[in-house]
Amino acid sequence: MTAYLKLDHIDKIFTRGAATTEVLKDINLTIEKGEYVSIIGHSGCGKSTLLNIIAGLTGATTGGVLLENREVNAPGPDRAVVFQNHSLLPWLTVYENVKLGVDKVFARTKSKAERDAWVMHNLNLVQMAHARDKRPSEISGGMKQRVGIARALAMEPKVLLLDEPFGALDALTRAHLQDSVMALHQKLGNTILMITHDVDEAVLLSDRIVMMTNGPSARIGEVLEVPLARPRKRLELATNATYLKCRQRVLEFLYERHRFVEAA
Amino acid sequence: MEPAAAFGRPHPLKPENAMNMPATKIEVETAAPASVAAPVVAMTPRRPPRAEAYARMAKETAVRVIPPLVVIALLALVWELVCRRAGSALPPPSKVFKDTKELIFDPFFDHGGIDKGLFWHLSASLQRVALGYSLSAIAGIALGVLVGQSVWAMRGLDPLFQVLRTIPPLAWLPLSLAAFRDGQPSAIFVIFITSIWPIIINTAVGIRNIPQDYRNVAAVVQLNPLEFFAKIMIPAAAPYIFTGLRIGIGLSWLAIIAAEMLIGGVGIGFFIWDAWNSSHISEIILALFYVGIVGFVLDRLIAGLGKVVTRGTAQN
Repeated sequence: MTAYLKLDHIDKIFTRGAATTEVLKDINLTIEKGEYVSIIGHSGCGKSTLLNIIAGLTGATTGGVLLENREVNAPGPDRAVVFQNHSLLPWLTVYENVKLGVDKVFARTKSKAERDAWVMHNLNLVQMAHARDKRPSEISGGMKQRVGIARALAMEPKVLLLDEPFGALDALTRAHLQDSVMALHQKLGNTILMITHDVDEAVLLSDRIVMMTNGPSARIGEVLEVPLARPRKRLELATNATYLKCRQRVLEFLYERHRFVEAA
Repeated sequence: MEPAAAFGRPHPLKPENAMNMPATKIEVETAAPASVAAPVVAMTPRRPPRAEAYARMAKETAVRVIPPLVVIALLALVWELVCRRAGSALPPPSKVFKDTKELIFDPFFDHGGIDKGLFWHLSASLQRVALGYSLSAIAGIALGVLVGQSVWAMRGLDPLFQVLRTIPPLAWLPLSLAAFRDGQPSAIFVIFITSIWPIIINTAVGIRNIPQDYRNVAAVVQLNPLEFFAKIMIPAAAPYIFTGLRIGIGLSWLAIIAAEMLIGGVGIGFFIWDAWNSSHISEIILALFYVGIVGFVLDRLIAGLGKVVTRGTAQN
């Protein structure tokens, strides 16, 4: 297995005054190019912290992140993030939100016309070209998240980081958007790392599922391969034995061996 | 039975009836057709749409304009009655109008010196405000960004600001006269120092309240500090900044009138002081009227500008 993205012995300790909390303990993970990996765990287990460390938004206490064998410890467009709550800038139109990143990343390599075409190309990929002049407040939650995905894709990231991207959406919109992300992954071959707490979502979308134990001192409990052929069809998988077995395995991990202990 | 109960639930008058006995249920059922019929009735008078639109517009305007007019008329009447009798210290509105007719109808005369029409006085005051306020807006936003962005700057500067902002505008005037040795820059400085505090404080709060999400977006896109300032900070903090700017313009208009009374020369503040010295009480009343109107217009101007600029930021 060739490591494209490598998490190397990551520990994270938060210090507030005299109190220290060890959030993450000895996280090791290698991800191949083009792979779709999900990280699943109960809320509060530090999976979002892990994603922030990979994105460079938070520093690891010890250990580090290697992307193509080079250490990365600051945020950058090579690890574009799709944020949980879309994080579109409300004073910019859909087009301008995507263009913000494009203008920075391709300032030297693309002409103005090319950048414009590239923004529209990415909006087309997520079927949002029709709303290019709308502001975020004028479009639905699912549409906002599509634009968030377009903004991240348009930066041509080496790794696309999805931070519970569908968490705030209703079930129907979520399924629709999952299909879109699957189709995009199929078409563009991105390397994707997704944080989720939805078992079905993890099994449906991922090549591998990384299961985290409960915090504090969360670690990787188990890594599950999902040997399902792509393209995957939601309806057919509902009765697929492999799918159900994978699903069962994740559920067992989450609800039996590492049941969420209600913290005070 | 079941649908009738469900239908009856939104009935605002008798919410508990749906739970009760069959007899009350019938009552609810009879109420239902009436509520169905209501929208049908509303559809019919739609036929002459333009005339109706005009009528509605006129009505809305009337609803807004008539009450203040009535109140003003009543106040004027009370004022007239109170001040009418001989020996009254203040003139009634009719006398004010008679005394100041020339000033009202010819605001543009210029007989040299300070004997000028009200337009010139107001414009001199407004020029001072424009200059002092622009300076304080620029400096205030810059300092506010610094204080909002840097914890160190906040700890260092905030106590100073909190003390300085409580100093009354006129208390600065002797000091600034000593420093500038001239009335004009002193007046502008007083406006500046009066209006800058709310701008600084509100800008700082706005900057501190920028959601972490926006900072994360900027970090991932790798905006440099200048781009971050122009593309994230200012638009995100704009609603707060405009709150500060709006308080600031009000304060600077308050300050200029008082400052001009003391520095003299052309200006609406000095006009009032001059009128007092020559016992032209009617002119004072007229000037107060103008001061109020101009202050109101300035406030509306900044509020309107803020509304345009923060169009996207306000609702998320």
